[in-house]
Amino acid sequence: MSKHQVTITVNGQAYTREIESRLLLVHFIRETLDLTGTHIGCDTTSCGACTILVDGVAVKSCTIFAVSADGKQIETIEGLAQGAALHPLQEGFWEKHGLQCGYCTPGMIMSAKYLLSKNPNPTEEEIRRGISGNLCRCTGYNKIVEAIQYAAEKSKEKDKVTA
Amino acid sequence: MITGEFEYFAPATVQEAVSLLTKHGHDAKILAGGQSLIPAMRFRLSTPPTIIDINKLTDLQYVREDGSYLAIGALTREARLEESALVQQRYLMLADATHVIADPIVRNMATVGGNIAHADPANDHPAVMLACNAQVVATGPKGTRVIPIDEFFVGLFENSLKPDEILTEIRIPKPAPHSGSAYVKLERKVGDYAISAAAVNLTMNGDTCAAARIALTNVNPVPMRAKQAEQALIGKKLTDDVIEASGKAAAAECDPSADLRGSVDYKRDITRVLVKRAIRAARQRAS
Repeated sequence: MSKHQVTITVNGQAYTREIESRLLLVHFIRETLDLTGTHIGCDTTSCGACTILVDGVAVKSCTIFAVSADGKQIETIEGLAQGAALHPLQEGFWEKHGLQCGYCTPGMIMSAKYLLSKNPNPTEEEIRRGISGNLCRCTGYNKIVEAIQYAAEKSKEKDKVTA
Repeated sequence: MITGEFEYFAPATVQEAVSLLTKHGHDAKILAGGQSLIPAMRFRLSTPPTIIDINKLTDLQYVREDGSYLAIGALTREARLEESALVQQRYLMLADATHVIADPIVRNMATVGGNIAHADPANDHPAVMLACNAQVVATGPKGTRVIPIDEFFVGLFENSLKPDEILTEIRIPKPAPHSGSAYVKLERKVGDYAISAAAVNLTMNGDTCAAARIALTNVNPVPMRAKQAEQALIGKKLTDDVIEASGKAAAAECDPSADLRGSVDYKRDITRVLVKRAIRAARQRAS
């Protein structure tokens, strides 16, 4: 069995663990670190429920080996809120009812975070394209699009206050 | 679903990767973006004893014009190709494909080299590269060699790389004067494989088609050129009848399998339609 020592930083905290080479990153996050906000939906790279950011880029964590993430910076849904203060995206999903069952939500929010990091002012079309790798079986997507639009607006207001 | 056990190596240079391949030979599999390999390993369709992860070879990530061709480093993520102004402005068939390969999150990991080396007739790049008349560069213990794309795909999931070679670059000829190209794909939903897709690359001489390369996605056991469809166009004015004849030729020479995406007859007929659409789009871009 091939074992490797890795150090992976998740939401700002570095974790050093000895892992099997075949451990998937999503299992490292959920089972080794007990951060269960990242979900497993399809297991086949189709649904996007396991989307996280690796070095700032949205990827599906069910289709990466944890050993490949050695030395990387990872962000999961747990890293968004600052204490009791929700991230603008979380606030948007709350205010605009961007979820029903909530299963796709962590992945959807992480995809949206990546989208807004590259394009702070997306059109509706760009939002729909940006989340097209994330499946939602409840909402029909309209409320999710509104939630992301809300977050984009909110982030602009925040930037104005800090600027 | 957990993959089988494997030894894992993450070389820092191409030379180191080639040494590992030389040592482990057929037991080793290259891990690039992993978006095809890891699902195949999870389903135990693939159980390589050794994985050589090339994600540290970041010097294989580039998209640039180099003499007479566009050079794409094998580890270039699909998303970077989609963002490349050069690709979007000059290499229009490739640009068409960049928007429809898998989904945007998968494209952040998936690599151009992996999409080609996997030799999956359902992947989009093989047909595009066949229609572009691309070349792939293989690096092995004795240095590099250039393989014409027509000699690269030899079977289902089978390419002509030797066990100790790694695909390092893809070269696409600069578009010829008066040429136009297009990739038209029909898919059930974002992220699915094509039901069928057509890649068409035309060079026009006035109203007459001087040269044509046509290739098809997911309607044959091996990525294929539709040579009868090409012959139906070459030397002719592209009238509706000629375009129809080309579409029909493609439908006849492909060899699709029935699956959830449709019956054999449906796939042949939709191939006819997609080839016609791609010919019209390519012709329009050529003028």
